[in-house]
Amino acid sequence: MSRSGMSARFWGGFGLGAVLLFGVAPVALSDFRLSLLARYLCLAMVAVGIGLAWGRGGLLTLGQGVFFGLGGYAMAMHLKLADAGPGNLPDFMQLYGQLDALPWWWRPFANPVFALAATVLLPMLVAFLLGSLVFRRRVRGAYFAILSQALAAAMAILLIGQQGTTGGTNGLTDFQGFFGYDLDDPVNQRMVYFIVAGALLALLALARQLYRSRYGELLVAVRDAEERVRFLGYNPANVKLVAYVVAAGMAGLAGALFVPAVGIINPSLIGIVPSIEFIIGVAIGGRATLLGPVLGTVALAWAKTGLSERFPDEWTYLQGLLFILVVAFLPGGLASAVRVLRERLARREAGSRPGPGSAPAAAPPPEPAMAAPGEGST
Amino acid sequence: MDGLRVRDLRVVFDGFAAVDGVDLDVPPGDLRFLIGPNGAGKTTLVDAVTGLVKATGSVRFGGTELLGRPVHRIARMGIGRTFQTATVFEELTVLQNLDIAAGAGRGPLTMLRRRSATPPIVERTLATVGLVAQRDQLAGTLAHGQKQWLEIGMLLVQDVRLLLLDEPVAGMSHDERDATGELLDAVSRDRTVVVIEHDMDFLRRYARTVTVLHAGKVLSEGTVAQVQADPRVQEVYLGHAVAGEG
Repeated sequence: MSRSGMSARFWGGFGLGAVLLFGVAPVALSDFRLSLLARYLCLAMVAVGIGLAWGRGGLLTLGQGVFFGLGGYAMAMHLKLADAGPGNLPDFMQLYGQLDALPWWWRPFANPVFALAATVLLPMLVAFLLGSLVFRRRVRGAYFAILSQALAAAMAILLIGQQGTTGGTNGLTDFQGFFGYDLDDPVNQRMVYFIVAGALLALLALARQLYRSRYGELLVAVRDAEERVRFLGYNPANVKLVAYVVAAGMAGLAGALFVPAVGIINPSLIGIVPSIEFIIGVAIGGRATLLGPVLGTVALAWAKTGLSERFPDEWTYLQGLLFILVVAFLPGGLASAVRVLRERLARREAGSRPGPGSAPAAAPPPEPAMAAPGEGST
Repeated sequence: MDGLRVRDLRVVFDGFAAVDGVDLDVPPGDLRFLIGPNGAGKTTLVDAVTGLVKATGSVRFGGTELLGRPVHRIARMGIGRTFQTATVFEELTVLQNLDIAAGAGRGPLTMLRRRSATPPIVERTLATVGLVAQRDQLAGTLAHGQKQWLEIGMLLVQDVRLLLLDEPVAGMSHDERDATGELLDAVSRDRTVVVIEHDMDFLRRYARTVTVLHAGKVLSEGTVAQVQADPRVQEVYLGHAVAGEG
């Protein structure tokens, strides 16, 4: 497909998405459903980052909950402090009564600019430090995945253990205001939804730019043949680091918006299980595509809400089954279903009607002079 | 143009010396063939020069010591290699493969933008390696020989001054071998080329000089005729000779 054709298709899809999110959804959905959608879109923002790091970069980021949590807690701490007012302790600290003064690391979050910047920059900084250590030491594949997973578990355990300063298992919740707006007001909830939808579209545009850039091509090259890239004079560790840090920033922003949209952040939203659910959504949607991760995550979250209301016990099994089916039969995710189906049909057509010229959709014939694939003696 | 100078190179795996004190001089602009039976240490030698395995001794290219530097730094000094099994980026097009190979020195701003125009060196190289018609084809769909050429093309756009090729004509048809030989001949006019090869017919036609490795040591060195006349080489290759002719 030509460049302009692809561009037109993207902007067409982008426009359609904007119309659906900003025009149709607010009219068609009740306030309750709309706030659920805001929640799903926050999860989808994490998925965009995973699509970049995992789908394009081959980094199985099984611990994105960490960055989601950092962003979420940074935002929640600020909202708690703003609710309490200057000089006062947040309500839960007064309730638990373990502290006389605000811990030093809470203090900077009273500043809205610092808190907002921290929601994105703090996850990026952590990802940078971690990635620098890990990628330079050539930790990859399953080891990287296990490490990420362990980090998510460690963070959840740490938060639970520090009940006096982090709210423990309950997390941070019961927010009154959002930068001066009352969060109980449905109009303001709607505003939060619009911010979430806008942020998701912005992240998609950013991801698309990265995919199409030279960096995006290099990232795919690193995913498929890391050693070869090294011999071309690049340091693959840096290439992976960029994708990892950007994905962490996206997860952080998602966590920050999740807090006003859903009204809570707690360890069970950022530990091992949610981190794996992010991956499942991305895998089901199609990790290497731009929209696959978003659609997969939203669909999975939607199905989870709908089905777990009626079959709370069976949902986990269904989710697992879905994951296995996709991995087994559609490794490219649902986004690749159309292509796979088309190829199947073409093959069947070619098979049932033998003879020259029967397969219009087949690959172009190889150059006659060079069509001699050898066995490669070693 | 620079030459390669190897002194007392040793690579030891678990007590086994795969390369055992090799001295090697490849003058600038040479087209040197490295031959030897399986396990002679040819690929390990190239691995050591390119930084893939740890080695002791000295490897200098144009006067700069290479040993101890990371792989990507050595690559940036103008040393490129190919592998026994062609390694190209299969999910990217031929053009994208070459563009990546040409871009190790690019700054962040260039990297984050789209490729607006094909770099001239990439255009020239597409023609040199005969892949103009395949430029937008995915590299994974290329024929075996074309992949090998794409790899050589990637070294050319990388603008390396020393090419280390590991069995570049393995599995190629007769015509493809000839084309590759001509290509190497042209390439070595302003670069230094080292080729690991088993194909004796190919060697006789295109080698300028030959080094024979055996059991991690240099057995013999010289022109094709000199090496062939060396009784030690005949001894080592007795029994390999028939297979080598194929």
